[in-house]
Amino acid sequence: MSESKVTLRLSGLEPLIVTPESNFVNIGERTNVTGSRKFLRLIKEEQFDEALSVARDQVEGGAQIIDVNMDEGMIDGKEAMVRFLNLMAAEPDIARIPVMIDSSKWEIIEAGLQCVQGKGVVNSISLKEGKELFVEQATKVKRYGAAVIVMAFDEKGQADSYERRIEICERSYRILVDEVGFSKEDIIFDPNIFPVATGMEEHNNNALDFFNATKWIRENLPGAHVSGGVSNVSFSFRGNNVVREAMHAAFLYHAIQNGMDMGIVNPTMLEVYDDINKELLEFVEDVLLNRREDATERLLEYAETVKGEGGKKREKDMSWRETDVRKRLTHSLVKGITDFIVEDVEECRHQFERPIEVIEGPLMDGMNVVGDLFGSGKMFLPQVVKSARVMKKAVAYLLPFIEEEKGEGRSAAGKVLMATVKGDVHDIGKNIVGVVLGCNNYEVIDMGVMVPPDKIIEAAIKEQVDVIGLSGLITPSLDEMVTVAKEMERAELGIPLMIGGATTSRVHTAVKIEEHFTKDQAVHVLDASRSVTVVESLLGSKKEAFVKGLQEEYAKVRENHTKNRAQKTLLSIEDARKNKFKIDWDARDIVRPNRGGVIDIEFSTKELRDYIDWTPFFRTWELHGKYPAILKDEVVGAEAQQLFEDALKMLDQIQSENWLEHKGVVGIFRARSVGDDVELLDTNDNVIHVVHTIRQQLKKAPGVPNIALADFIAPAETGIQDYMGGFVVTSGLGIEERIAAFEADHDDYNSILLKALADRLAEAFAERLHEKVRTYIWGYATDENLNNEALIKESYQGIRPAPGYPACPDHTEKIGLFKLLEAEKRTGVTLTDSLAMYPTASVSGWYFAHPQSKYFGVGRINQEQVESLAERKGYSVEDMERWLSPNLH
Amino acid sequence: MKKDIYEILQQRILVLDGAMGTMIQRHRLEEEDFRKGWFEDHDQSLKGNNDLLSLTRPEIIKEIHAAYFEAGADIAETNTFSGTTIAQADYGLENAVYEINYHSAKIARAVADEFTAKEPNKPRFVAGSMGPTNRTASISPDVNDPGFRGITFEQLVVAYIQQAEALLDGGVDILLVETVFDTLNAKAALFAIDEVCNQRGIKVPIMVSGTITDQSGRTLTGQTTEAFLISVSHMDLLTVGLNCALGASMMRPYLQVLDKNAPFGVSAHPNAGLPNEFGEYDETPEMMAAQIKEFLDENLVNIIGGCCGTNPDHIKAIADLAAQYEPRKIAVDV
Repeated sequence: MSESKVTLRLSGLEPLIVTPESNFVNIGERTNVTGSRKFLRLIKEEQFDEALSVARDQVEGGAQIIDVNMDEGMIDGKEAMVRFLNLMAAEPDIARIPVMIDSSKWEIIEAGLQCVQGKGVVNSISLKEGKELFVEQATKVKRYGAAVIVMAFDEKGQADSYERRIEICERSYRILVDEVGFSKEDIIFDPNIFPVATGMEEHNNNALDFFNATKWIRENLPGAHVSGGVSNVSFSFRGNNVVREAMHAAFLYHAIQNGMDMGIVNPTMLEVYDDINKELLEFVEDVLLNRREDATERLLEYAETVKGEGGKKREKDMSWRETDVRKRLTHSLVKGITDFIVEDVEECRHQFERPIEVIEGPLMDGMNVVGDLFGSGKMFLPQVVKSARVMKKAVAYLLPFIEEEKGEGRSAAGKVLMATVKGDVHDIGKNIVGVVLGCNNYEVIDMGVMVPPDKIIEAAIKEQVDVIGLSGLITPSLDEMVTVAKEMERAELGIPLMIGGATTSRVHTAVKIEEHFTKDQAVHVLDASRSVTVVESLLGSKKEAFVKGLQEEYAKVRENHTKNRAQKTLLSIEDARKNKFKIDWDARDIVRPNRGGVIDIEFSTKELRDYIDWTPFFRTWELHGKYPAILKDEVVGAEAQQLFEDALKMLDQIQSENWLEHKGVVGIFRARSVGDDVELLDTNDNVIHVVHTIRQQLKKAPGVPNIALADFIAPAETGIQDYMGGFVVTSGLGIEERIAAFEADHDDYNSILLKALADRLAEAFAERLHEKVRTYIWGYATDENLNNEALIKESYQGIRPAPGYPACPDHTEKIGLFKLLEAEKRTGVTLTDSLAMYPTASVSGWYFAHPQSKYFGVGRINQEQVESLAERKGYSVEDMERWLSPNLH
Repeated sequence: MKKDIYEILQQRILVLDGAMGTMIQRHRLEEEDFRKGWFEDHDQSLKGNNDLLSLTRPEIIKEIHAAYFEAGADIAETNTFSGTTIAQADYGLENAVYEINYHSAKIARAVADEFTAKEPNKPRFVAGSMGPTNRTASISPDVNDPGFRGITFEQLVVAYIQQAEALLDGGVDILLVETVFDTLNAKAALFAIDEVCNQRGIKVPIMVSGTITDQSGRTLTGQTTEAFLISVSHMDLLTVGLNCALGASMMRPYLQVLDKNAPFGVSAHPNAGLPNEFGEYDETPEMMAAQIKEFLDENLVNIIGGCCGTNPDHIKAIADLAAQYEPRKIAVDV
């Protein structure tokens, strides 16, 4: 007999049952292109394996549902959604949990629904576009067998108060239950988590309204669940993880108390509620619960003191008052201090001839600093608003003086119309721009949010504005901005158009907007603080030069963009061969090797460690930045420094205790190219091995060749005696037992550290060996004298491409290389079934010495070339296709 | 007027028929049997395409249905397991899909009505069999490209709509989405059925029967029994159940999962054990009944029948047994 209770039941390969006892369902959020730059990059670059590992990490990290979002203006969201969901379905450890199909576009949601065999969740639908569409979509969701997230959004806009939240949720619920026949327990409300402590008074109740609305939903709409994206709440503090983590934890704590039972939370950005510093917790809760008027100020002040560190407080430092007045102005602007601004502006005024110069000079310099800090995520929105306040105060003080010398001052600054486009309600960015422009003497006409194109144009004409600024945060806003541009074109509205907001980009503006708008200039504005400079350039005497520069820049952006697209056209292999990389062969460019045959090589750790390229080492640990600058980086510097010290310590141990053995083998052979192949010969001119290289087939710009590695070896018909080499090195011998010991000790940190170091040592080995080949074994660059930095930049002659990498993506070439060099026997490195090298800390490759040889990527190739390769190599076409499938598709 | 099947299901255990293929094999049919009168000049071999026999040798199909009803079955499955354009594409007979389903349904309908007329207290029903097709929507047929799909959800929906419409036109009482090895295929079938029902403004009882491929307890596409149940529960089903791949005793633990969690009736039509090395099923009716008795003792099912290797003797043994038991209680929707 069935014991089933009515409750939300979801499934991937396994069930997920949400009961009152299950507390809180954690939705993994890293597989979301709008939330994760890394994931976006992986999807854009079609690095699906790595993208899948992002998903896998989420599942292993405890996500119970996995949210997938592909809403990005520059990718085909539907295709990416289908492809990724299909790939996920093939990974049982990921497909285990239910999928949340996340998109603001219905067609993407529907395409996603058609890919999941389990019962997933749609994120989201709402009454935004009216009841009819809502009913239609809900009916479909039901038929596809999914639960649904309903946003508190209706025809009038997104719910931003307690009353609006419950009004919309109740109405949505009644329609779903009474008219669509949707199961109550499959309804999940997202009553909008909005940022708090933004510096705007109207946002003060955002969290509290959410809590209360959640409670109301759970008490009055039986069966329904409540979810939300938690990180939104701390948006104002991006960059300050101490505060953000505390805010997330405190928010979750209160939200769960009020009945929120699932949510999108990044577990790595979450402090344990009880571990939050009590002082910080009080400030945070003051803000969340809107308990005091100065809650935001107090939290901001506190946030200053814990920026990037573990919660230690800093003494108030007044030494900045000793610096010169320009520096003091900048300091006040950056820190948002109004206390001294009048005093400093007054002092500064006497240093200039005209008061306006104080604004254009030191004050704008200060605002530019603010802009840069904000742009690099080192300042938060509320701080920028505070900076703007300081600026406003300074300007207000100067205004009477400017008035006084009327006629000489600059003409009245222009009128700017600002609007968040139709369908979008995000206005923080737009408001900031408004404030910043306002205090720079521009008249700002703010049309608010969800403004349709005709209203924008009507107002622009009526008010005779000089610039229109469009803002938007969500992906569909990108299309909406294009519509506005087209409408402006139609209305022959010849004024500049500024585009801004989180999802906008220079590429999008250049590719999708600028071309539709010829009546004046469209320009992408990276962030709020830059708006002043942009508007000034667009309205002032510098306009012509500015616009010309922009147009050139955008044309280039477009060209690159089309180039990337155009790459989809492939040449026939015959045409590609005709367009080979042509070298004017001259026997004088070729050096006869000092040593022929196969040579064993050994190095010590001591000899190799100076050759380490550290930048990729840090990348392994997700610390991004170039070595050595990364050690002093403001954000990750401390962490990088610590890691670096640990690495050096371990290197010392590897060296003194001989943890790792470095063995290699190298050989240089006589060679000649025959078509796309290179024949290696013994001294009697017998062919001992044929290297099969792959030719680029993507259609190139005129004059750009379709390269294959064989092009770098003198063709047989030239009669010139050429050479080619190969090598295999490893730094992984002996690593096993060390790793096992660390792992037995549950010491993952050192285990990973050792693996990362072994990898680096193997690369260093390859680098060191290449140097030895260039200067001695082959000896074609005996007078070379390069430091490590130059080595890393590969500013030497000749290349060492590795089979399986872009220039020779065919892994099967390793088989021949290994045989040729007797690498297994001589180095202990073996090839697995999938032709990976074991130990993994190994590197292999070919040597080409010609001065014109260079690295390149083969890219996409066609079936014709695969068949040609299969024939030349004696493989079946199917096998060849399998090995080259990444280049085929 | 016969009683509503929902009502009957509350009162007694219903018996589904047994294998169609096993019975057809007994006739040792040849190529011409599959062509007769319909596909004489077809350019591909049709032997083994059993669904065609509803057209070319209808008397055989009729006889099989009658034998099962005679043995005590309440529900006959139409001879339409491969009656989709997708499955028939292998034979180049996409165009015959409507005829196959329509006539198969008609034949079963006529036999069922005959028996109902004879025994009005035991009305006979016809379930339109909708097989899984020979493609999977969740698995790539190409091991090197796991993201590839040989069939899409939309293509499946189109095919299942055609099948469902023809079956309903032919007069079936129930639609049976069976041998579900890929739940996404089944969801497409359910989507199609919902579409057709909406268009026609009718409600048709739906049975869904999944296939747990081995003792891992999962479908071919990796779902556990409970995940499978959840994935098809958005439809108001008559029953959810399991068939094929396993013999009765091996099916029991998974039926327990369905019993515990399903807000619908539960069905089972196991194979007559596992095939021997010649691909034959050797469990006798007595052996099978003994295992099924355990289901009944535990009150696990509402509908019971047989899949591969079963014949009217098996069904008779099962029917005799089922008559002695109360059906599983179905939780009424809250």
